[in-house]
Amino acid sequence: MQDIFFGISKYLFVILMSFFVFFSYIIMRDKNNASHKAALGVQSAMMFVLHFIGFLIILMKTQDKTIVLFYGAQLVMLILLRGLYGLIFDDFYSKGLMNNMCMLLCISFIILTRLQYRMAIKQFIIVCVAVAAAVVITLIVSKARYLHRLTYFYCFAGIALLGVVLVLGQTTKGANLSISLGGFYFQPSEFVKILYVFFLAAFLSKNVGFKKIAVSAVFAGLHVLILVFSRDLGSALIFFMVYVAMVYVSTGKMRYFLAGLAGGVTASVAGYHVFPHIRVRVQAFKDPWAVIDSQGYQVTQSLFAIGTGGLLGLGLYNGSPKSVPLVAQDFIFAAISEELGGFFALCLILLCISCFMYFVKSAIQLKRLFYKLIGIGLAVAYAVQTILTIGGAIKFIPSTGVTLPLVSYGGSSVLCTMFVFAILQGVFVIGCREENEARNMEENRQEEG
Amino acid sequence: MKKNDNKSSRNYNNDNRDYQDYQDHENNDSEKRNKSGQNRSRKITDRQIMRVTYFFLALFVAMTAYYVHFQIKEGAEIINNPYNKRVDILSKSIVRGSILSNDKTVLAQTRTLEDGTEVRDYPYGTLLAHAVGYATHGQTGIELIANYRLLTSNAPVMEIASDDLNGQKHIGDNVVTSIDLSVSEVAYEAMGNAQGAVIAIEPDTGKIITMISKPDYDPNTIEDTYDILVDDETNSNLVNRVTSGLYTPGSTFKLFTLYEYMKEYSDYESYQYDCSGSITVGDNTVKCSGTRAHGSESIADSFAYSCNSSFINMGMKLDKTLFQATCKKLLFNTALPIQYPYQESVFVLNDKSSQFESMQTMMGQGKTLITPIHLSMISAAIANDGILMKPYIITAIENHHGKIIKKYQPFRYSTLFSTEDTIALKKCMRSVVEYGTAKLLNSDRYTAYGKTGTAQLEDGSRNNSLFMGFAQTEGKKLAVCVVIEDSGEGTMPAVTVTKAIFDCYFE
Repeated sequence: MQDIFFGISKYLFVILMSFFVFFSYIIMRDKNNASHKAALGVQSAMMFVLHFIGFLIILMKTQDKTIVLFYGAQLVMLILLRGLYGLIFDDFYSKGLMNNMCMLLCISFIILTRLQYRMAIKQFIIVCVAVAAAVVITLIVSKARYLHRLTYFYCFAGIALLGVVLVLGQTTKGANLSISLGGFYFQPSEFVKILYVFFLAAFLSKNVGFKKIAVSAVFAGLHVLILVFSRDLGSALIFFMVYVAMVYVSTGKMRYFLAGLAGGVTASVAGYHVFPHIRVRVQAFKDPWAVIDSQGYQVTQSLFAIGTGGLLGLGLYNGSPKSVPLVAQDFIFAAISEELGGFFALCLILLCISCFMYFVKSAIQLKRLFYKLIGIGLAVAYAVQTILTIGGAIKFIPSTGVTLPLVSYGGSSVLCTMFVFAILQGVFVIGCREENEARNMEENRQEEG
Repeated sequence: MKKNDNKSSRNYNNDNRDYQDYQDHENNDSEKRNKSGQNRSRKITDRQIMRVTYFFLALFVAMTAYYVHFQIKEGAEIINNPYNKRVDILSKSIVRGSILSNDKTVLAQTRTLEDGTEVRDYPYGTLLAHAVGYATHGQTGIELIANYRLLTSNAPVMEIASDDLNGQKHIGDNVVTSIDLSVSEVAYEAMGNAQGAVIAIEPDTGKIITMISKPDYDPNTIEDTYDILVDDETNSNLVNRVTSGLYTPGSTFKLFTLYEYMKEYSDYESYQYDCSGSITVGDNTVKCSGTRAHGSESIADSFAYSCNSSFINMGMKLDKTLFQATCKKLLFNTALPIQYPYQESVFVLNDKSSQFESMQTMMGQGKTLITPIHLSMISAAIANDGILMKPYIITAIENHHGKIIKKYQPFRYSTLFSTEDTIALKKCMRSVVEYGTAKLLNSDRYTAYGKTGTAQLEDGSRNNSLFMGFAQTEGKKLAVCVVIEDSGEGTMPAVTVTKAIFDCYFE
């Protein structure tokens, strides 16, 4: 009986996930009517069912009664999160984005609990803190009128934080990524990402002459260089792409975008020749089979996991994802693909694309350039990070040591990603409010006329 | 829900100032101060946003496409790797598939007993023990090469779903090989009680028609006999001599000496040597086989009679550095393109070698070592106009209903000999059969070419008999290498086995 359930659950996961993702694209075109609300409702239901089935399987496989409590706590957290937003912001936030975020969290909890229960609990605690902070952040972003004036605060706070890491940092596998504060490791580059986007948005929304672009390039370059010297190449790349995209959007000049890309390529090639650890990564990417027991070990184990799992997956607890080093962090995609299947993993990629599109939507929806830049900046950061981590796990590109936002294990990562979602929800709130006011002004004009 | 108070309207107006800041463009847009201009600028910005979006969407799509491509095309091949430890997992949910001969006869299959235990049967027992291998005590042979394929199921989707719903195991895919059972049986019988190796390849495709190595073992009982076999130091039953047996090539090596001579001396066709039964260079004397004097010989005659004196004469004129390079090009001291675990052939003659070693090497003794599969690849290349096709034994993967999942195509590995050289070599190899040491292979059913070899082992008291060559008719070709150990002086058991193989294949 149990085996039949486990057999069915594989298909259920795929069906629920694919419908969920399908709906998330439909819901993006928002029309405030009954079918839209129904779609949102169905989507939420699918997510909760998937979440339930996932933990039911975990309970059946581990026979650990505390799983029930853990599941209950997650349920409470999710309901609180959605409830608070609904209460405070009415309909003025993006429910589609909220559903996406919750789904990513559910998948994360399921796979992390499977990989290591204690890790999942730690992650959950941080998420709870993040939920509380998220509500506050959305409030602040939606109300504060002065955010675009704090340009230099963002800039120097960011550089200072990065500098601290470079100097005092702990080296994790060759990269100065984190510092420890009273037992907690935290990765400042994640927080700095947000400060950096805010800095560029504030700076570029006012000054777009060539001289000013050059100045912004200097400050942006400073961020990137510190990251390169900290050996956090993934983050350096993210910061760089964000800069290029934001400059292009604010100036409208394609030549900046192309110059940026060209510069990036040149810098990468130069870096390849200068830094041995980059050469090692690229070699391991080109032919990991030749170095299968050293530098190629991680990515080949990842490919084994993904390949053996196939399209339907081996099923939760049936694979051996832990043979992939750092599977709970940078290579979580491999674990998901191995056990939950290729179809499911494909839907996950589509879900990430959906989140990206929501972020872009917030940029389009708003009228003020500052918020547009925030939207596109955070969107590009998210897109680059997702492509880097998934691409690295499937050997599409060399692996760069970044995590999958909201899904991977990582306190700073999940905290900051939730901040990013919260900020964008704040932007949506402003946008919905503006649309509402515009609509009201139209109605008033019609009444008067 | 109508938040239409004054406060929000006022704020709305305040924000217009940001627009004006924004308008300090290099492009002086004169309409920038009014709202429609601001809307137009906003539309331009939106366009830029969308372009950036499309750029990243393109990257996402490329990555997704790569992921799908990997899942469908590459996954199955790459997971077949000893570093992938997930075999046990797969065998829990999949019944291992069967290994089939070229006419779909079962060579290995899994039988499920009533109580659910699985037994792996090998209907042909010892015959193909090394080629097919076993899977019950680790994996060897095809059981190893196709390990994951046998534990992957490409049964129809509905069947997989229904198996999942019923808690039943899926049935793994079958591996179709190029092994010809009748040729295998003939070769096996012809070897009798001798130890040695037989390999036959189809030259124009690279398909391995048969692979026999003796002594062998019964894979059906390997779980019980493994420990005994591994400890037995005299017999090496578990060694696949075709791929891992390093043999002194004996006179079969004269093909290489001949080829090098042809390359260094373009007037080789006018080569002439008077053989008196032995040759003395410096302090060293080497006799021809049976001290027979072969008289006046052309280059083809030397080859046909396997004249040691003539070949040492040729050999002394060769540039050893060039010879090293030639042998490397002919796959000595190099990785071979085969799927089985194997040993690389060894050729170490160089400028610093002693005269004695040079003489010995030129006629096929000395420190040179070669594997039967390597020799057969050389024959196959000559039979195929100088082009070596990559040897392969798995021709297709089918699901257990017989639907083809993947077909393996012949692969052109490299050109070992030019067309001209091939013709010249073939001429000499034909002489061996027409009037030389392999007259036994004359037949009206096929035309045979080759080179015999009797290799003397260390103390000279034991010999191995070797043959490398090929036969062809209008539509068919077959390249072989046969090694019979401990064959005694003056007999050519390798040729006898070869004849049996050719007679069977060219029926």
